[in-house]
Amino acid sequence: MLGYVGRRLLHLFPVLLAVTLLTFLIASLLPGDLAVAILGDQATPEKVAALRGQMGLDQPVAWRYLHWLGDVIHGELGRSFRTGETVLATIGARLPVSLELMIMAELAGLLIGVPLGILCAVRQGGSLDRLLTGSAFGMLSVPAFLWAILLIYLFAVELHLLPATGWVPFEEDALGNLKSFVLPALTLALGEWPVLMRVLRSDMIATLQEDYIAMAKAKGLRPARILLVHALKPSSLTLVTVSGINIGRLIGGAIIVETIFALPGIGRLLVGAIYTRDFIILQGVVLFVAVGFVLLNFAVDMLYAVLDPRIRHGRA
Amino acid sequence: MAVLDTAVDGAVAPRPQRRLSNVFWAAAAWIAIVVLAAAFANFLPIQSPTDMDMLARRMPPDAQHWLGTDGLGRDILSRLIFGARTSLTVGLLSPLIGLLFGAALGMLAGYFRGKFEALAMGGMDVLLAFPPLVLVLAITAYLGQSVLNLSMTIGFLSIPPFARVARATTLSLAQREFVTAARALGATHARILLRELLPNVLLPLAAFFLLAVAVTIVVEGALSFLGLGVPPPTSSWGSMIGEGRESLDIAPWLAFIPAGVLFLTVLAFNLVGDALRAITDPRENAL
Repeated sequence: MLGYVGRRLLHLFPVLLAVTLLTFLIASLLPGDLAVAILGDQATPEKVAALRGQMGLDQPVAWRYLHWLGDVIHGELGRSFRTGETVLATIGARLPVSLELMIMAELAGLLIGVPLGILCAVRQGGSLDRLLTGSAFGMLSVPAFLWAILLIYLFAVELHLLPATGWVPFEEDALGNLKSFVLPALTLALGEWPVLMRVLRSDMIATLQEDYIAMAKAKGLRPARILLVHALKPSSLTLVTVSGINIGRLIGGAIIVETIFALPGIGRLLVGAIYTRDFIILQGVVLFVAVGFVLLNFAVDMLYAVLDPRIRHGRA
Repeated sequence: MAVLDTAVDGAVAPRPQRRLSNVFWAAAAWIAIVVLAAAFANFLPIQSPTDMDMLARRMPPDAQHWLGTDGLGRDILSRLIFGARTSLTVGLLSPLIGLLFGAALGMLAGYFRGKFEALAMGGMDVLLAFPPLVLVLAITAYLGQSVLNLSMTIGFLSIPPFARVARATTLSLAQREFVTAARALGATHARILLRELLPNVLLPLAAFFLLAVAVTIVVEGALSFLGLGVPPPTSSWGSMIGEGRESLDIAPWLAFIPAGVLFLTVLAFNLVGDALRAITDPRENAL
């Protein structure tokens, strides 16, 4: 296990370094001058020159990258030119909202996907299985923003059950806070469960054909016990990997959903930074999200190795 | 045990397969309609997609406006058709970029192996290290929003998945007898890559291409929905849904009509791509 962790760690650092380089280089795609883009067309040449000096834009690119990387390693991501707040403080204030959203969405997705996946595997080929796999395929073609529109129309416009937008801090109004997360989390979960269900279904079907399941049946164990205790864990390997890959989808979905439902999370911060052309915040958020994504995938790899010993011995 | 079960599956298979193919043809027909409408949008007897009529806002369907008008009095049918043009331009151009560069990189990596493979696939891993939508948003924020920039950005980001598929297919094909035979006959690397491997790699890539079209249409729709895709007044299904969202309470169809069209198109590409993938999947071909 330690050797496996070491090998993965050796792979992790070049990727992280390349991620910082790419994040830094994206900014140079900007046609024209970053200082002009930040200050606007009406800025005086003196002001532009002053900002260029302050941001080090008059230095060579390689030097600027190393300087920026040094700052990043020390946790210094710069300050927003709009609000004057540090990037890290802004992200810190928004992160809990995004995490709450994604955890609720993933839980809801698992809550729908896992039971349905088991059900389909048990009734493989039956009409329920065909109905569910068919509708899962169809639902995968519904983008998050369509679900959002549909849910807003149903629950906010027609039924007046839940707020369409708006967010209350948890400390002020716990129930109101949870209420404001219901529709956004459901929007994401509706895109999540078909993926989770399909993966679990196919793994579960394979597991149910193993000899030890026949053995457990022969011993007279209750079907529920066989499914949940004997079959679920060995069938959940791909589910874990897919949950890992899904984090990328989930982050993308969260950006859209936070913007639609006006949740003050990282995604809305990113979109807001693009609307206001706040490039310092934009760069900081992209870096933060990418590094977080790489580290999460690393954690998923580790979890995978814990679940399946063959992986850590390199025999899979 | 497993072999026995697949054999049983194979015996039962024909009936659901025939039903699936009806759905397949319906999907293909829908794609054909959307593609033709988008291609000949200029010649169709429809209203202008950008002319506003403030006296006829959110009108129900009539003889002049078959699907009614939107919040600025623009013809919805015409905006749908010109929106199809945007969706399909981005939706076809981006995967095409991904296919060309991805196939070249992946095939070269899978055929020559060694340092080139390590470098190329390492580069692909870095691109995959970003959540895709974050990278699309960031790059277009710097480059500026236009159909071309959007297509190039999404195209650039779709290179890694294509490269992976191409490499995996090439890796398994390069071991096959016909490649060894070609080599024994003294074929050059270029000939083996282009005449022996490419035709075999192309089919799985084509299936993947259609699935990528579906994903790209969704991404373009999402960006335009947020106002970060194609700039107005160019019509796009995503921006139509975004505009319709403002009047969900008084005129929900303004959002639901383009939403339905977007859904059907994405579903159609997914269905056709998935059917093609099932045909080209070597695991199912083995039977």
